[in-house]
Amino acid sequence: MKSKSTSIIELSNINFTYNHVPILENITLQVDQTDFLGIIGPNGGGKTTLLKIILGLLKPTSGKITVFGKDPVEGRLSIGYVPQVFRFHYDFPITVLDVVLMGRLREKRLGEHYSSEDRDIAQNALQQVEMHTFKEKHVNNLSGGQLQRVMIARALASEPKLLVLDEPLSSIDSRWQSSFYLLLQQLKKTMAILLVTHDIGALSMYVDQVACLNRRLYYHGPTKEGLQHLSNAYQCPIELIGHGIPHRILGDHA
Amino acid sequence: MMEFFQYEFMRNAFLAALLVSLACGVVGTFVVIRKIVFLTDGIAHAAFGGIGLGYLLGVDPVLSALPFSIVSALGIGTLSKKIKISEDSAIGILFALGMALGIIFIGLAPGYAPDLFSYLFGSILTVPVSDLFLMLVLDICIIIIVIVLFKELQATSFDEEFSEIAGVPTKVINLLFLCLVAFSVIVLIRAVGIILIMALLTLPTLIAKQFTMNLKKLVVFSIIIAAVLTILGLWISYWLDLASGATIVLVLISVFLICAFIKRFMSTFVVNKISV
Repeated sequence: MKSKSTSIIELSNINFTYNHVPILENITLQVDQTDFLGIIGPNGGGKTTLLKIILGLLKPTSGKITVFGKDPVEGRLSIGYVPQVFRFHYDFPITVLDVVLMGRLREKRLGEHYSSEDRDIAQNALQQVEMHTFKEKHVNNLSGGQLQRVMIARALASEPKLLVLDEPLSSIDSRWQSSFYLLLQQLKKTMAILLVTHDIGALSMYVDQVACLNRRLYYHGPTKEGLQHLSNAYQCPIELIGHGIPHRILGDHA
Repeated sequence: MMEFFQYEFMRNAFLAALLVSLACGVVGTFVVIRKIVFLTDGIAHAAFGGIGLGYLLGVDPVLSALPFSIVSALGIGTLSKKIKISEDSAIGILFALGMALGIIFIGLAPGYAPDLFSYLFGSILTVPVSDLFLMLVLDICIIIIVIVLFKELQATSFDEEFSEIAGVPTKVINLLFLCLVAFSVIVLIRAVGIILIMALLTLPTLIAKQFTMNLKKLVVFSIIIAAVLTILGLWISYWLDLASGATIVLVLISVFLICAFIKRFMSTFVVNKISV
């Protein structure tokens, strides 16, 4: 455990119920500024709800949460959020650069227009994900993987202290996969990263720590021990996480 | 063509067409990209209650329709979340409520409502000068608000969740935009009528979208297309002695179909050329 001073997200005894159905039970979790944490769990296990609580979009039924020492609604301004790409409709008339400029919104007052400095920052962010040649293109010309890179650039343009990626592995194309890995390795030097996925197989090569979530938090610790832990204790329903292919998940188990 | 302008009512109709085009180009673009066409139609029909109230109170129905449509716009925006019904159900209720209130109010009003029909189907040839002024004021409000809040409107239309996280007051922006929809309904109500409003708030943008995917250009193109086609429709209705609102709508739909067809033809032609 790192010292408490570096912790950026603290959840203690968080409960969330929806229509009297418990979605999250007694979640206590701490994320530090140096963490690269993967939250795994089956679909319906509460990952998205937990993410929305951290992002201040949902209020927990009970329990305490701070983000960067503040209420999530204020603290989330230091979070760069990369949503799942399937949510977007492709015929929306917006250029790649305009999408990335949205990352600068938090620096701007209502009605204040983007400055040339904002444009420079946005273009640098596009360069980081190797999408700068697409800046004048419209989003309807992009593939799912390209759109995801644009969404990452948008998050980076906000110069976040924490990068949050929601199911990033499902829309990744194979050509981008290795650069994506290298990019995350690069980014983790300057910011904390929180990655949410149901795909444990792909997860293990990326993150340093895992938290296993299925309504309750079953494990939170280093990745390698975590995966071993899952296989030994069966506290997470592995067949759900690993799509029924335990050998792939367990790696060096055999 | 000059004969067209020798009558004052024709000059007024021409001005009305231009004022209508500004509102439907600007607001219509966001209605289309936000995919809230049915919501807009709900606000337009709710405005009928305000028209009826105007008859009952003996004031200009367009004036009484303005607060009515603003309240209904804000009502749809907030109520559907509060009472846990889906937005399309809330729209359906409001749609019927507005029409029902309008009919009751008009029934209670003394005498007969001779130009009621013009609020349902529009009558661009009889727009009074006082209404032209109201339309101009509403147009100016719409344009100023959209220019000032363009960045926020674009961002919340594309990704409301991200905008919220980035500190944009998305609820306020959304409700403000619904007020702009209510404004544009009032601008359009005399000229094209409640039932045909949807055509003007969607088709110019849908035509413009065949040519550009840049949001600012889309707004400007929509205004120009709306202006040209409403005036063309007005001119055709004058020469063929047809109902003006309905003629304008048919012109818009025809041009949209022609553009969509040409675009489709062009794209298959280009694809074939490449594959050869």
